[in-house]
Amino acid sequence: MRRYRIRKDESCILCLRCSRECSFGAIEVKDGKALLFNHEKCTDCQRCVTFCPTGAIYITEDENRFRENSVFKDDDIKEIILQAKTKGVLLSSMGAQGKNIPIYFDKILLNASQVTNPSIDPLREPMETSVFIGARPAKIERDANGKIVDNLPPHLELKTPIMFSAMSYGAISLNVHKALASASEALGTYWNTGEGGLHESLYKYKRNTIVQVASGRFGVHETYLNTAEAIEIKIGQGAKPGIGGHLTGKKIVGDVSKTRMVPEGLDAISPAPHHDIYSIEDLAQLVMSIKEATHFRKAVIVKVAAVHNIAPIASGIARSGADIIAIDGYRGGTGAAPKRIRDNVGIPIELAIASVDERLREEKIRDRVSIVASGGIRNSADVFKAIALGADAVSIGTAALCALGCHICASCHTGKCAWGIATQDPKLMERLDPEKGAEHLVNLVSAWTSEIKEIMGGMGINSIEALRGNKMALRGVDMNEKELEILGIKYAGE
Amino acid sequence: MKREGEVRISSGCAISGIFCRDGRRISGEAIKKSIAIMHNRSNGLGGGFASYGIYPQYKDYFALHIFYDTISAREEAERFLDKRFDIINLSKIPTRQSGKITDAPLIWRYFITPLPHLLQDSQLDEMEYTSKATIKINESIKGAYVVSCGKDMGVFKAVGYPEDVADFYRIEEYEGYSWTAHGRYPTNTPGWWAGSHPFSLLDLTVVHNGEISSYDANRRAVEMYGYSCNLLTDTEVITYIIDYLTRKQGLTLKECSEVIAAPFWTTIALKDEEERERFSYLRKMYSSFLITGPFSILVGFKGGMMALNDRLKLRSLVAAEKGNTVYFSSEEAAIRVIEENPDRIWAPRGGDAVIVTLDKENKQ
Amino acid sequence: MRTLEVKNDSLSEMEKYESMEHGVDGMKTRCPSTDIKNKENDEIIITDCLGERYMGCAKKSGILRIKGTPGNALASYLDGGTVLVDGNAQDAAADTMNAGLLAVRGSAGDALAYGMRGGRVYILGDAGYRAGVHMKAYGDKRSILVIGGRAGSFLGEYLAGGIIIVLGLGYEGKDITGYFCGNGMYAGTIYLRTDKTPLNLSQNLIKRDVTKEEKEKILSPILSDYAATFSLSLERCLSGGFIAIEADKSKTYGELYAAV
Repeated sequence: MRRYRIRKDESCILCLRCSRECSFGAIEVKDGKALLFNHEKCTDCQRCVTFCPTGAIYITEDENRFRENSVFKDDDIKEIILQAKTKGVLLSSMGAQGKNIPIYFDKILLNASQVTNPSIDPLREPMETSVFIGARPAKIERDANGKIVDNLPPHLELKTPIMFSAMSYGAISLNVHKALASASEALGTYWNTGEGGLHESLYKYKRNTIVQVASGRFGVHETYLNTAEAIEIKIGQGAKPGIGGHLTGKKIVGDVSKTRMVPEGLDAISPAPHHDIYSIEDLAQLVMSIKEATHFRKAVIVKVAAVHNIAPIASGIARSGADIIAIDGYRGGTGAAPKRIRDNVGIPIELAIASVDERLREEKIRDRVSIVASGGIRNSADVFKAIALGADAVSIGTAALCALGCHICASCHTGKCAWGIATQDPKLMERLDPEKGAEHLVNLVSAWTSEIKEIMGGMGINSIEALRGNKMALRGVDMNEKELEILGIKYAGE
Repeated sequence: MKREGEVRISSGCAISGIFCRDGRRISGEAIKKSIAIMHNRSNGLGGGFASYGIYPQYKDYFALHIFYDTISAREEAERFLDKRFDIINLSKIPTRQSGKITDAPLIWRYFITPLPHLLQDSQLDEMEYTSKATIKINESIKGAYVVSCGKDMGVFKAVGYPEDVADFYRIEEYEGYSWTAHGRYPTNTPGWWAGSHPFSLLDLTVVHNGEISSYDANRRAVEMYGYSCNLLTDTEVITYIIDYLTRKQGLTLKECSEVIAAPFWTTIALKDEEERERFSYLRKMYSSFLITGPFSILVGFKGGMMALNDRLKLRSLVAAEKGNTVYFSSEEAAIRVIEENPDRIWAPRGGDAVIVTLDKENKQ
Repeated sequence: MRTLEVKNDSLSEMEKYESMEHGVDGMKTRCPSTDIKNKENDEIIITDCLGERYMGCAKKSGILRIKGTPGNALASYLDGGTVLVDGNAQDAAADTMNAGLLAVRGSAGDALAYGMRGGRVYILGDAGYRAGVHMKAYGDKRSILVIGGRAGSFLGEYLAGGIIIVLGLGYEGKDITGYFCGNGMYAGTIYLRTDKTPLNLSQNLIKRDVTKEEKEKILSPILSDYAATFSLSLERCLSGGFIAIEADKSKTYGELYAAV
């Protein structure tokens, strides 16, 4: 199925670098000296363009289109033809691309102080972005002398309200995990192993690690659970709510096999549900069993996809003993998901945050748990708006991968990532230098944090906790009353 | 145009307070003089006073000050009260007409006590019972607004300059051991009587200067616990937070001040271990109640007063002592005008609460 | 009773002063400053001052003596005149002062000498929060702020020039500044008569000990004038070691940005 067209101009010096960089077989060498373009294999990953020394190469959308039709678009017809030929479920990766689903972050504007209270200069005045996330008891306790007893369950301390989302070893390469772990250490935040286990070489990053327990239970053992500051139970993810995972046996080799504790060559299947959780009371049991296994020293996160009834689901999770609820929205990324699921299931994270936050407040339990939001957070303004809508902190996945070189070609599921990210091919993996990658991640999150401080300062807020759920900081444009009502914000000018 | 309560109004202000540790009751003359000198800090759109110890003959009863827009609102509110409380005494609050205060509502005062069998059935203590009833009046009886409802205390407020409000209410005829005053500078016109300060809940009264930047985060947090912020003012949300943290969570006022004006983490790191643990605990436990942005507040309560600045000290606050009397004000001049030679005069540090209470032998 | 005495001038000023008490439309002001600043070459004495704002505002010359507690914005925009206060100053004194002398035989409130560009501000006692924020030097102007007691938090924040000296007289061995001293300063110097590093001093600042030579050359002339103003002993003001706080010029804010 041809979607892109590869071209070159006269500045090409036939160094053949592009063919060496292309991992999809789209650019081949003919007779050792000429280039052969296999347009249909091109994913528009931009690797060849980036590495062409003379800027000779162009990747464009294929201008050959089917006859225009107001109902059946080009992609619709191509997909029909593909499925007619193959009988296959369409597979894709990265985040949802539903064209008519609004990105509410872009319809929200922020406030600033003028006259009635002072704005604050973040470069000079203290500006706190540290967040503690975890559960809180309903009341204080005092000892016999009236001194307050520390009855807080374990909390995660984030120096900035930005963490890295769960991405599993197997779906992504070990070098990506290395970069995420060491960047987290430098930033004072957390990275998340995803469901593929934790490579032994990364045990030293324990203080900045969140380990995941998913339905496949890959690589989960006592040491794994205790080599982290928090354990995340993954119920679902925004890109494919209600759907399990399947890492093909071809990728279960070497360290991936060892880390996942799955024999080489055997498929690693993550069932759609946890088969020990068929109801909410079963979740409470899993939460408590993990707490027992970790001697009540670790926070437990429950991660769910933002679905229609996310508010009562979150309320149930809050009452299950979980310390933190992670909600992954409609636009959340994935290494592989059925395209129809990715683009049609779930709800945008903005609406999910607002409705969960409001519901937990109605039930008087919002202060008892923390909320982490993720799913399509692209920049510091998105982070800021997510927190003002009610999140304690956010996680970024796709944005972190972009910092490592990803150009969102959505071909992760092929395992041929030309940027060395979503691949286990040793040759391709080498393309990502974990140290350089960590530096880029640190730069990115530091820059966003500086921007968040600027925006906070402009509003006269000097601590991020005073921003959480502070909806007066937000106004909407181009929204209807229902959308404003769910988000709990006013229209601009009101 | 939207009235206060339908929209959030910013405002600047002047505050002043006098507290007699020995329980000596002084007339309202002094507090009027003090707040009047800061005339420039108000704009005539709100002034008010709170005083404690003014109703010794009725000190065991809840004293309700209520504004009514209409006679029917009064009748409805009185029927409501009559069903739930024993009304010991009721009267109009005496006022003096001067032409400077206009558009006055009907202003009534009641001394009441919960009907014993209803109180027992409700399984609430009498404070909670009364507080619930007054919140209900504010929420459900149109044109009725409970200004204050504590014991042996009362709030007197209006639209106008504070010194004119004092004359209107004949404040000099009351004697109390504790007085706070407020002159308001809201950014809207016209002011609204109920929107003036002090704001009050049971025995708690708050006067406040500044505009907090954490407002909506704080409001949404405190509304979880049964409070309803109808006025959308900073003072209202601060009052509810203090009531929640002290009366319902059992924090001391000092601990409460350490939550709402919590030190920066970098400052906490400099403290000794025990302090560090306490401050960290309170910040983590009650992170929703950290108040950021400028504020200086005077909190009146039964038998005491607290003065508190935000942690950056973005609003001015001066304290002074002379013998058994303690003074607080936005400006030193407002203290000097009533006490020329204090024994001690100082500016409390940002986030450092100054709490004064009646001497032991005078505890009521 | 408040009195206004204008030396070398007619007594009719008294009437003007009283008439100013009810001024601008709707917003009564208690400000005699317009008249006072116009009496440029006179010496004016005001006793029992109580909260009147803007005293000595933009005064170009002459002397204004105040007894009592002048109100906010005392000597703001002072432009060459002399304002002497026997009592405490409230908030925002010497705001954007350009030249002249403000000497307070007492303490000062918050936001003292904000954005001051030149002249001298001498405080005998303590200063509140945010003293000397964004003080500057420009051309031949150099602002000087001397605080005899101690200063509150955020002293000399954003300092862009000039000299701040805190003597801590009577606070020997204790902290003489609050938190966040000199945050974001990028020029100028803060001298502290102490050997203690200020609480949570920013990483972007350099703290150094003051040499004998610098003490002699920079501090001694300023402090002898200061000591003379309040009849203090210069020896006491100069006794013990001083530390200096300055910006680390190797750290610029330019690095913070990336052009899109």
